[in-house]
Amino acid sequence: MSKDLKIDVHHVTRVEGHGNIVVDMKNGVLHKAQLDIVEPPRFFEAMLKGRSFLEAAIITSRICGICSLGHQMTSLKATESALGLEISEQTEILRKILVHGSTFQSNVLHSLFLAAPDFLNVGSVFPLVNTHKDVVLGALRLKALANEIGDIISGRAVHPISIVPGGFTKLPSEKELETIREKLINQGLPDALFAADVVTSLAGEVPVFERETEYISVYSDKEYGLYDGDIKSSDAGIFPVASYLDVTNEFIVPHSTSKHTKFNRSSYMAGALARFNNSYDLLSPKAKETAEKFGLKAPSHNPYHITLAQIVEVVHCIEDTIILIDKLLAGGIEAEKPNQEIKKYGRGIAVTEVPRGILFHDYTYNRRGIIEAANCIIPTGQNLANIDDDMKKLVPEIVDESKEAITKKLEMLVRAYDPCISCSVHMLDIEFIE
Amino acid sequence: MSTENQKPRVAFFDFTSCEGCQLNKLNFENELLDILELVDIVEFREAMDDKADEYDIAFIEGSISTPACIERIHDIRRRSKYIVALGQCAVSGGINAIKNNQPSEWVRETVYGKDKYLFPSIPAMPVSAVVHVDFEVRGCPMSTPEYLHIFKSLILGRKPEVINYAVCVECKQNENECVLDKGMFCLGPITRAGCDAVCPENGQYCIGCRGVISNLNKNGAVEMLKKHGFSVKEAVKKMDMFNTNDLKKVISWGRE
Repeated sequence: MSKDLKIDVHHVTRVEGHGNIVVDMKNGVLHKAQLDIVEPPRFFEAMLKGRSFLEAAIITSRICGICSLGHQMTSLKATESALGLEISEQTEILRKILVHGSTFQSNVLHSLFLAAPDFLNVGSVFPLVNTHKDVVLGALRLKALANEIGDIISGRAVHPISIVPGGFTKLPSEKELETIREKLINQGLPDALFAADVVTSLAGEVPVFERETEYISVYSDKEYGLYDGDIKSSDAGIFPVASYLDVTNEFIVPHSTSKHTKFNRSSYMAGALARFNNSYDLLSPKAKETAEKFGLKAPSHNPYHITLAQIVEVVHCIEDTIILIDKLLAGGIEAEKPNQEIKKYGRGIAVTEVPRGILFHDYTYNRRGIIEAANCIIPTGQNLANIDDDMKKLVPEIVDESKEAITKKLEMLVRAYDPCISCSVHMLDIEFIE
Repeated sequence: MSTENQKPRVAFFDFTSCEGCQLNKLNFENELLDILELVDIVEFREAMDDKADEYDIAFIEGSISTPACIERIHDIRRRSKYIVALGQCAVSGGINAIKNNQPSEWVRETVYGKDKYLFPSIPAMPVSAVVHVDFEVRGCPMSTPEYLHIFKSLILGRKPEVINYAVCVECKQNENECVLDKGMFCLGPITRAGCDAVCPENGQYCIGCRGVISNLNKNGAVEMLKKHGFSVKEAVKKMDMFNTNDLKKVISWGRE
């Protein structure tokens, strides 16, 4: 086969942030298949230098509006670890609930509104409003419920307010938590399971493509790795968070303002499928049932399965949040102030799973609680090399298909990795009404 | 606005930002649906492939921070009737402007090391530093009620009301205990309201994310901070988070 192929998708649509897909094949030889990242650089690490421990989480929250909760959480844990600030069990449980809420909101929107239309061979979510109205409304209810969890426990879902080093500046009431619990049981869980049933009927539409890679995620032997734990590599085992630089090995490529990473291979995958592969045994019962319905088994080597793993996680997060709220209500909410008494100083490293994958923050503090050095490694950056490698294997396999079909599969591949924002949902919805 | 039978053409563009404002404006689903029946969304990369040549209202999120941003915003300005800066990054440079306090060389080297020259960057600027801006929606994240107010006003052909009093006014209306009296630092006395004092409501201090009121009583603010045991230096450092560009232009505190 001696085909010439040139694809240049400028600013891929229905993804969050700016990226271009570039493929260049001459006489059947693939010269280039990559995702160019053209998002303007932000320089957060430089901004953090000289800031107080009370400001670090406020600043890093602004790295990403969608993952603002995850950035705050990781920032707080890094600060607490550096300065020796212990947190109460109540604070930890409330934080876990917040992580669950932000995870299931992002997963719902990405899987049902951005990825699912591709599986149905439609260009957007509009046609689904007619054909799958119940799912669309259910997903909107799930989004509202996740926002409510953020609003009640952290003051605001986007750029949370009341989570600070050492605890909370304002605590939710028991009544508010009971209300969330009721809604999760009576509305959230049925909505999620219904969406899963509909997606099961589409599972045959997910593209068939396999490329085994290294899967890296947070791992804990006590619970499905999201809030905290060690680093797990599917190739090399468990590593302490302190050794994150040996795992990520950031490097710079000219076609991306975001740094790339690699560990035991030329690339690795982070995100919902990496978590699913590494922590399957720790999923909640209904989440496992959902995976079985999809025919999704761990480990899966198909990146298009990220979308299915996200729905499995939605079910898990809802089930586990109910358990966590029960735990809090059993003991009652205790009035407590954040513990901000600095016991030591130096370096603190923390890890959290945000919807896109494993996130690291690493700060060095001086004795006055001021940051001297900072480093943040974000999941999207960690997936970029893996996306490039997927493209390099995928393009030759589908080269005989039409250029449109190849472009669509490449766009779907990029979308699978990039949980997008809710804006598209509403806009597309409205456009359809008109 | 546009010709009689045509709905206003509205477009959304994002520059250097976290896209959190876009998320925030969607938390008002019902009103949004009503408004959007009255307009045509003609360009919105996150949601659709379509592009248009001209816009009645262009909403701009994010700061101007690369040479490419400047070119792009000029192009949008030429084709737009009204430009609305959405959120503090677009209004003042926002949190992105913290890096302006350091030499650009140092900033780029800190993040990209020896590969710093691969990625051109200029000081983070508000949209208004490059082109004329007609209206502003402040805050980090932006205030959704304010956004709705400006959107509705433009559609109805009215002049939107601009809030220019301090956060303290709203904080008092909500009957909160004064944050300074609680022993915490607070930028409420000099920061523009419109957020319903959401941070003090949640036990935090005002971080000044909506920028400084225009009729600032500088001496009064300094006196009050001193009375509560805080120095001007501390105030400048705190303001620096969202108001770096304002500090340099509007206020000369840092240099006194």
